[in-house]
Amino acid sequence: MTEADLVVIGAGPAGMSAARAAADAGLSVVLLDEQRKAGGQIYRDVVRAAKVRADILGPDFHKGLELVHALRHANIHHITGATVWQIERNTRVAYTVEGAASFVTGKCLLIATGALERPIPVPGWTLPGAMTAGAAQILLKQSGMLVENAVLAGCGPLLYLVAAQMCRAGTPPQALVETQSTANILAAVLHHGMGAIQGWRQLAKGLGLLSELRSSGVKRFTGASAIAIEGSEHVEAIRFTARGRRQRVECSTVLLHHGVVANTQTARSIGVPHHWDELQRAFVPEKNKWGRTVHPQVYIAGDGAGIGGADAAAITGRIAALAIAGELGAITQAERDAAALPLRRDLRRELAARPFIDRAYPPYGGALSPADETIICRCEEVTAGDIRKYAKIGCRGPNQTKAFGRPGMGPCQGRYCGLTVTELLAAANGLSPQDTGYYRIRPPIKPVTLGELAGLAKQIEDEKETAQ
Amino acid sequence: MKTASQLRKLADGSRLVRVTFAGTDFQLREGGNLAAEMLAAGIGPFRYTPVSGAPRNPYCMMGACFDCLVEIDGVIRQACMMEVREGLSISRPAAGEAEHD
Ligand SMILES: Cc1cc2nc3c(=O)[nH]c(=O)nc-3n(C[C@H](O)[C@H](O)[C@H](O)COP(=O)(O)OP(=O)(O)OC[C@H]3O[C@@H](n4cnc5c(N)ncnc54)[C@H](O)[C@@H]3O)c2cc1C
Ligand code: FES
Repeated sequence: MTEADLVVIGAGPAGMSAARAAADAGLSVVLLDEQRKAGGQIYRDVVRAAKVRADILGPDFHKGLELVHALRHANIHHITGATVWQIERNTRVAYTVEGAASFVTGKCLLIATGALERPIPVPGWTLPGAMTAGAAQILLKQSGMLVENAVLAGCGPLLYLVAAQMCRAGTPPQALVETQSTANILAAVLHHGMGAIQGWRQLAKGLGLLSELRSSGVKRFTGASAIAIEGSEHVEAIRFTARGRRQRVECSTVLLHHGVVANTQTARSIGVPHHWDELQRAFVPEKNKWGRTVHPQVYIAGDGAGIGGADAAAITGRIAALAIAGELGAITQAERDAAALPLRRDLRRELAARPFIDRAYPPYGGALSPADETIICRCEEVTAGDIRKYAKIGCRGPNQTKAFGRPGMGPCQGRYCGLTVTELLAAANGLSPQDTGYYRIRPPIKPVTLGELAGLAKQIEDEKETAQ
Repeated sequence: MKTASQLRKLADGSRLVRVTFAGTDFQLREGGNLAAEMLAAGIGPFRYTPVSGAPRNPYCMMGACFDCLVEIDGVIRQACMMEVREGLSISRPAAGEAEHD
């Protein structure tokens, strides 16, 4: 199929729920995701994993099943293993499946590409054996693998979730090295008194995880700083300062995490403007309350539009689908507004605890402003000191750094250095992150080979011929 | 000196198939995620960086970091985005290979 009313990129909770809501309204939907199974990050491989690992993954994981089953709808065409690498004229989407490139054009496009774990440049984070906490979860959900002899380091709800899942599976981490301090939590409580109570559901979940960890006896260090990973060819230990002295814990894997940030790659590649969100400490795309971007046919939903978690992602997906159905005349404005009303109420409830969590678990300062020797661009091995040096000789923004070195020019296109470069330049130049800006992202946003392009060129030609 | 992460596999009854990495044979679970199965088999490092020659293994497992790059049939691919198939012949990307631009 090369045309559809709606093309959705990303089959996580946002994309899945949007696809179903749009299909229910009568729209034809093409849903693209580079993963072979629907689910997104949180519900990765949920259909298989829920059967065999439900006890480890926890009750939330089950919600994903419903979303995946709801994709069985005559109007939804889910193309799996489809990596989107370029968007032209805002709604023509080029993608690759198993080495063959194709494109599909939507009347509207929904970007639901989710989040990335915030870059966490600490000494040794490039060593084999240093991974993200999310990677450990993916190993568990997708492959049924448990990381043994590991230390979890950083902060945030996902860190606790991964730790609890490891305990349930009988492979508890060697230690939990947490960077937030009691002062952070206290400040959050004081600042958010009432807001935190409104978000009690999420908070109760967090407390439940904490008590699970406590009863399993995992060693916890809070207020940790000066985190460094040791090893010559592979991770051998983690060092940090906590409880007033230097600590060292031997391990073969370090799982790092200090929050997730919107994955802005796709939206940026078509010039959707972004602004700096001080509380999330990251850039988020500009959109209206329906998720509509500056390009009238392009919408954005889920964590890629700003972090709200899985339930909020599903809701924003539905809201965007309603707007799109209204726009394309499948429902009336009045129907759209009526259907959106309860969704907005649910969304408010879901988001109530967010600012509290952001304040209680701020990103690790040592990774926001790493020491000079620390590598910040994994691909091109550029250090924090290099970026500070560029600033000293007049570099103001991330795009300019490319004239000095190669940060952000490797295969990951800045996904794991972009925010660090922005923060480092902003601090060095005394500018705001907003004024410092971010890398300009140009397609292809995922690598595409010449062979794949050749196939696509042929397809375009064939279509021209049939049209004539 | 440690050279691999320790991973415990939950049994799932998949068939094992032969793949080669850098000339050595390994038995991996058919249809499994290639990067995960390689890690569990103790294979590594996946590659050496073109800049300093530092060893690398998967970092994100979600197709974003490109640290799991390997070479298969002359094409550089992300192992974490591939499935194990019988007879895959995998090698480390040649040093200095132009993977970008
Ligand atoms: C590694 C990781 C693990 C997480 N685990 C949890 C968890 O256990 N619990 C929790 O509450 N939250 C978790 N989160 C937070 C998560 O962001 C949200 O809970 C939720 O998954 C967001 O839903 P979403 O639909 O916005 O995006 P996602 O669920 O992230 O879905 C986005 C989808 O877009 C696809 N995609 C992205 N780019 C492209 C492209 N170029 N071409 C094709 N497809 C593309 C991805 O493959 C993915 O399936 C995790 C986040 C990450 C990064
Ligand atoms: S491990 Fe990050 S892209 Fe494969």
